[in-house]
Amino acid sequence: MGNWPGVTVEKKEGKLKKHSDVTITDLPGIYSLSPYTLEEVVARNYLVGERPDAILNIIDGTNLERNLYLTTQLIELGIPVVAAINMMDIVRKNGDKINTDELSRQLGCKIVEISALKSDGILQAAEAAIKAAESGKPVPQHTFSGAVEHAIAHIEEAAVHNLPLEQQRWYAVKIFERDEKILAQLNLSETTLEHIEQDILAAEKELDDDAESIITNERYVYIASLMKACYKKKSVGKLTTSDKIDKIVTNRILALPIFAFAMFLVYYISIGSIGDWTVGFMNDTLFGEWIVPWVASSLDAIGCADWLNGLIADGIIGGVGAVLGFVPQMMILFLLLSILEDCGYMSRVAFIMDRIFRKFGLSGKSFIPMLVASGCGVPGIMASRTIEQDRDRKMTIMTTGFIPCGAKMPIVAFIAGALFGGSAWVATAAYFIGVGAVIVSGIILKKTKAFAGDPAPFVMELPSYHAPVASNIFRATWERGWSFIKRAGTVILAASIIIWVLNSLSFEGGFHYIGEGDSKSILNVIGEWIAVVFAPLGFGNWQAAVATILGLVAKEEVVGVFGSLAGMENMLDLVEMGDLTSQQQAGLLFFGGSKLAGFSFMIFNLLCAPCFAAMGAIKREMNNAKWTWFAIGYMCVFAYAISLIVYHIGLLFGGVFSAWTVIAFILLAALIYLLVRKNKHTA
Amino acid sequence: MKTLRDVKIGDTVKVVKLHGEGAVKRRIMDMGLTKGVEVNLRKVAPLGDPLEITVRGYELSIRKADAQMIEVE
Repeated sequence: MGNWPGVTVEKKEGKLKKHSDVTITDLPGIYSLSPYTLEEVVARNYLVGERPDAILNIIDGTNLERNLYLTTQLIELGIPVVAAINMMDIVRKNGDKINTDELSRQLGCKIVEISALKSDGILQAAEAAIKAAESGKPVPQHTFSGAVEHAIAHIEEAAVHNLPLEQQRWYAVKIFERDEKILAQLNLSETTLEHIEQDILAAEKELDDDAESIITNERYVYIASLMKACYKKKSVGKLTTSDKIDKIVTNRILALPIFAFAMFLVYYISIGSIGDWTVGFMNDTLFGEWIVPWVASSLDAIGCADWLNGLIADGIIGGVGAVLGFVPQMMILFLLLSILEDCGYMSRVAFIMDRIFRKFGLSGKSFIPMLVASGCGVPGIMASRTIEQDRDRKMTIMTTGFIPCGAKMPIVAFIAGALFGGSAWVATAAYFIGVGAVIVSGIILKKTKAFAGDPAPFVMELPSYHAPVASNIFRATWERGWSFIKRAGTVILAASIIIWVLNSLSFEGGFHYIGEGDSKSILNVIGEWIAVVFAPLGFGNWQAAVATILGLVAKEEVVGVFGSLAGMENMLDLVEMGDLTSQQQAGLLFFGGSKLAGFSFMIFNLLCAPCFAAMGAIKREMNNAKWTWFAIGYMCVFAYAISLIVYHIGLLFGGVFSAWTVIAFILLAALIYLLVRKNKHTA
Repeated sequence: MKTLRDVKIGDTVKVVKLHGEGAVKRRIMDMGLTKGVEVNLRKVAPLGDPLEITVRGYELSIRKADAQMIEVE
């Protein structure tokens, strides 16, 4: 089991090569075994609950002091510990010296020097861990000051004497710290608790500090003594290469231009040039011109039924293909992000942008997901994975989908062309609405109960810069890409099939496959029902409802649907060419020429639940069904409220007043209240 | 009371006491900002917040609001 800070978010299991009976569990990278962050709780519950045979603690040799802090806590668990000091090549290159023999003697556990980068010593580390597991001998403990030891001895006797001997100390220390999670787990009697509290208070009084601080302080004092005995830093005051790089890239004047340039490059390569080309190639050429027609004609040739042909070629392959089309682009993007992450610039991005983003409940690291989402929401949502704070990450996932992505632009262009004479301000408004939705949602959400609780402070390690390592980058890129492909294979496949079935079958005149005919599909019927819901937003006709539903498959579908319903097959091309006449015909047909209805329709489609691919990404990143539905539900409700407010207050300017106007004002008032109310959940 | 927030860029100070409580305080301490440790303020972010400090031989970014809870001398 290892500790690679910032790399693992969930625990992962694997078998050790050549030792098929050994299971390795990689736990989230953590700094401590405190009960406050999700990663720490996951790691801690595993260690305490499952009690693995041995712990392999990976320590960053270039940051020995801070890393040993976790080691001292792991040792207390009473599980055999082997410490592997990583990045030894860099330590040596810097001219620093770690006396591992002495450190091993003082800590009392086996220490292996490794370099994951150069694949040095990895096997030795694993073998040392196996040996430690076989011997089963826990590491001897370091002792705290007299007053603390006195209290711990009492706690061991009073509260945990019935636990196995080697586990007693860890529990006793946690009880001393008043760790709420452990106290709840042990469920001690009132009298015992009172008795223990006296012991803790006595130690606190003697050392003039609170119990938690006493323990943390004494650990670091102990580590400082270890450092003094075993570590020699070569250069004091001399700037390392990393320091020199940092001087330039986070320089007060140069930081922002460099940052803007780096982000422009990421955006340009992944979204603008190469990325855009791959999406076009995958969707239009590979799937659109080659695979789908080929499959369709092959199925035709073997005499496959029309409906089955349609289901396979258009429904399954077309639907999943529309999603898989984004894979190369995502891979390029993830590759670039992995490079930024691996060389250490990503945490500087957060450092630079934090001030802006935390104002609305996000963190500096939310910047990258938002930027990426302006191209495509799917990689944007997945890029949120680099945010360590659980709350910031969830908030970022929930709001990233509001940014108008590339696929939503045709909707914007269509509405602009159909109802506003192609005016450019419609697109500008779309971006403002998207960004505004992120900001408003951030402020509203951070005050809700779901995001309440003690905030984890934004204390972030800024790692040294180093040249990115190819193997790290490719692994990170592949893992992210693959998890998306798997998602496309399940959720998105199922959703595509359902939508196809609804869109291609009809009840009218007996249950049958529609094909090219124009009889009403099941989806049309559903559209008619749902249209009632959209009536208050100004677009209560079944065409707009169907377009919205099909927008869930892919947002660019929305325009295509209008096209085919208006008998203009290639509406998407018409929009691209700026053919105003036919767009205006469609605008008249579907929105009665009402600018307001069209605008309301656009807002709803920009803000409501994203496409299936993005929903899949949300599910993947939330890793929790409740949160996924909460996120999607929130987006739909928010979209509905904003559209309703805009539509009816807009109507009022035209002199139309109804009960809905009142509701619009109530909603607006509620929104303002949610924005400005006091945050009662902050300490 | 002088806090880490008031320190000038380039100065090295010693932590005297940590104020605040709960998760925030614990997290700051876990990162090595404990009583008696020396802290060097390296720089302020281009937009004025957060701060970058060196503590226990590594670089750490901390918001001004949190730095205010750290009493120094």
